[in-house]
Amino acid sequence: MKLRANLVIGGSLFALAIIVGLLAPWLAHTDPVMDANLMNAEEPPSWTWWFGTDGQGRDIYSRVLYGARVSLTVGIVSQLINSVIGVALGLSAGYFGGWWDDVVNALTNLMLAIPSLIFALAIMAVLGPGLTSLLIALGLTNWSFTCRLARASALSLRNQGYVQAATVLGYGDLRIMVTQLLPNMLGPIVVIGTLGMGSAVLSEAALSFLGLGVRPPFPSWGSMLSEARDQITTAPWLSLFPGLAIFLTVLGLNLLGDGLRDILDPHSRSRRT
Amino acid sequence: MHEPQPRPDDDLILRVEDLAVHFPLGGGLFGRERRLLRAVDGVDLSLRRGECLGLVGESGSGKSTVALSILGLLKPTRGHIVVDGREVVTNSRSADRKALARTVQIVFQDPYASLNPRQTVRRTLEDPLRVHGVTAKSEIEDRVATMLKHVGLRPEQADRFPHEFSGGQRQRIGIARALILNPRIVICDEPVSALDVSIRAQIINLLLELKDTLGLSYIMISHDLGVVEHMSDRVAVMYLGRIVENGDWREIFERPAHPYTQALIAAIPDPLRHAPLATTGGDLPNPLNPPNGCAFSPRCRYAEAVCRSEPGPVLETRPDGHAVRCWRSEEIAGRRALASTESGSL
Amino acid sequence: MTGVPLIEVENLRIDLDDGSRRVAAAEGVSFRISRGETFGLVGESGCGKSITALALIGLLRSPLSIGGGVIRFEGREIQRLSAAGQRELRGNRIAMIFQEPMTALNPVSPVGRQIAEMFVLHKGKSWREANQLAVESLASVRVPAPERRVNDYPHQLSGGMRQRVMIAIALACGPDLLIADEPTTALDVTVQAEIIELMRNLCAERGTAILMISHDLGLVANVCRRVAVMYAGRIVEERGSADIFRAPSHPYTQGLVDSLPRLGSRAALGRVRLKEIAGVVPAITGFPDGCRFNPRCAQATDICRTAAPETDLLEAGGFVRCHHHA
Repeated sequence: MKLRANLVIGGSLFALAIIVGLLAPWLAHTDPVMDANLMNAEEPPSWTWWFGTDGQGRDIYSRVLYGARVSLTVGIVSQLINSVIGVALGLSAGYFGGWWDDVVNALTNLMLAIPSLIFALAIMAVLGPGLTSLLIALGLTNWSFTCRLARASALSLRNQGYVQAATVLGYGDLRIMVTQLLPNMLGPIVVIGTLGMGSAVLSEAALSFLGLGVRPPFPSWGSMLSEARDQITTAPWLSLFPGLAIFLTVLGLNLLGDGLRDILDPHSRSRRT
Repeated sequence: MHEPQPRPDDDLILRVEDLAVHFPLGGGLFGRERRLLRAVDGVDLSLRRGECLGLVGESGSGKSTVALSILGLLKPTRGHIVVDGREVVTNSRSADRKALARTVQIVFQDPYASLNPRQTVRRTLEDPLRVHGVTAKSEIEDRVATMLKHVGLRPEQADRFPHEFSGGQRQRIGIARALILNPRIVICDEPVSALDVSIRAQIINLLLELKDTLGLSYIMISHDLGVVEHMSDRVAVMYLGRIVENGDWREIFERPAHPYTQALIAAIPDPLRHAPLATTGGDLPNPLNPPNGCAFSPRCRYAEAVCRSEPGPVLETRPDGHAVRCWRSEEIAGRRALASTESGSL
Repeated sequence: MTGVPLIEVENLRIDLDDGSRRVAAAEGVSFRISRGETFGLVGESGCGKSITALALIGLLRSPLSIGGGVIRFEGREIQRLSAAGQRELRGNRIAMIFQEPMTALNPVSPVGRQIAEMFVLHKGKSWREANQLAVESLASVRVPAPERRVNDYPHQLSGGMRQRVMIAIALACGPDLLIADEPTTALDVTVQAEIIELMRNLCAERGTAILMISHDLGLVANVCRRVAVMYAGRIVEERGSADIFRAPSHPYTQGLVDSLPRLGSRAALGRVRLKEIAGVVPAITGFPDGCRFNPRCAQATDICRTAAPETDLLEAGGFVRCHHHA
């Protein structure tokens, strides 16, 4: 099997981000919150301060490492919530059809009509800022594409011979959905999920930038950008490094999604075997 | 293999009475009348224990709809289906569905689409047993191994995925899945037409062997009349949602009484003769707008005014059990007999 | 012109590039078709019959390519023709119909226009003339009410009607050769009979040769005068169609003839167990050494497993490729 470049590069970038987040306590030079020293404020990148320091003298390098934890948690957890909601609604709608399908379709169209970030903002306004609210807000607002995909797959799969066979064998509806339909639609759903993680990382940045994300002083890439916006001309490293981290992680996730699509696409697979 | 003796009228394992399945189609929104597709319209069938009933007809004749109704997958508009003394209901109560599943099963046409690509053969065969309350691990393993042997696969092939098998082997897996619950009736829906020609005989022989060893009854749906003749004890011919002829296989193939059955048989190319094929003229009529009177009348070479007037002919059963839906079948039989003696004397 | 066959295939080899290596999906394929002749190519999926047809019409696409041999049309090598020359040959002199007309017809164009296009492209007619000719073509393939049907889109027609339209398009320019690849496999038997008769009569009237490709030996033997049976990329037997069914020489052909229940055989002989051909059809990437049928052949000996048999000419005409043929 030939490994595809986008899969390797994307996978490595994403893995790097995860490793960085996990090993932050060991890789960091200083504590990201406590080690503030105004004597070192706004130092440019150097051998001592790899990514420079911020206005309160905190090490940007250490803060970017810890920031990965928030960004990735939001990306992974909120997308998981989205995937579960989307698959549950779409799969059941496509399988059962009828009034339930109409309800799910209406709901999906509603979600698609409202920009998800605006919807998330509204939820955040109710719940107040913080990591949990962020997870809930982003987890409830981005399932429409997964839902559409799951519904379309279920519609085409439910006429397959093996699904009919399962019905004839007396399988219950839940068992048919879980054992016959779900495994055969998982590929594209994983792809959409990976791409969705990328956009969740961006949404986290956007919401934190607006001051609705993780509360300072704990770092997230978005809140770091938000804090750095006034010094963009005087101390550009403050925004450069968290920005670069977001860019590389999202790029990695998108490449990974593309690579997975290439592998999981049945057409490309049958050509290889 | 020997010719089965004509059986006494022992108990029927399947009875279909006046089955009708109508599908409402679109329309409505802009005041157009809602149209009704009468996919099956008043079908009576019976299947004796150990018998193979051939169900013949062209696409759109309703034979698959009959099969899906017997399997409880379609709700009949009218009529009854009684399987092994129990009426088929489509209320999808789990207990009813399971009881039916242990009685009637199906072998599908396409061995590629009918196996879940993500499940091993073992899982495909074990899950149905678990669903039906077989819990003992040893029993499950025994039954799967025995079934694999029955269909000519080796037990060590059980842990492979469908794509590792050829089309013929996949069809064997499909047969094993249909038989794992020990059903009494198996509906074979074009079981060999998607297979390579050199593989078909293997599957036909296997199906006939299994029928004898396991005491099964078959409904054999096929457009290949050679296969139907080889396998069936009785044959029912369907046209546009109705049975037009029904009788013993020898009667159907040697003395077909309905002009449609005659046309079907005549259309089969004779490989030994470089002669033109007998053509019928015209396509199958649109089932949404069936012809008046006898549905076959627009294509029938014997059709007269009576054939095009309502009501259409009824299925009349002769004393020998051969049933025909044609006003003029006796007259046509006489003409054909005359024609064959004339051509014989030439 | 006598003596020069309409089409002549000599030692054709078709390569399949599976990414890492080239395998011969068909090899040593040779046959001739004379003007007005009907010739059948019979075999199972993957035997190479359809790609042989695609090679004739110059439509092989990657990963398939011609790996050797010569194809001559009226004595001219078609591989040496320019792209324009090949195109001219395709529409005008060689035409093809497929198993599923729905995929071969343009779904968003009325069928009349698709027929008329042939006259505009290949015969230089004006659209007005071409439209009139399209109506006549539809009438010639016995489509009822052709002047109304020309405006129909493919999806509005039944399978049989679509295949008639395909035949009308194929025969529009009066080709010398019609390649029919499983033309009736998707159709019911009564419709199949109609289409076959239509094709046979139209081609006989116009002197068009037919190359018919099918898995159905019975149908091909009925339609064609000569039949070649392909197995795993090679022609194993070529005979007159009456002979091939009565007295097949190659064990594979014998197996095919014997293994299928034929209408009337049970009434005559009782229900006898069908003779099976053991084993499975080999995949293109796993063709066996020697005679490719040897793993499934009851008569196979050592030589069959090592040496590919050469073609043996038969006294009654035709040839067979078997070490132990009858």
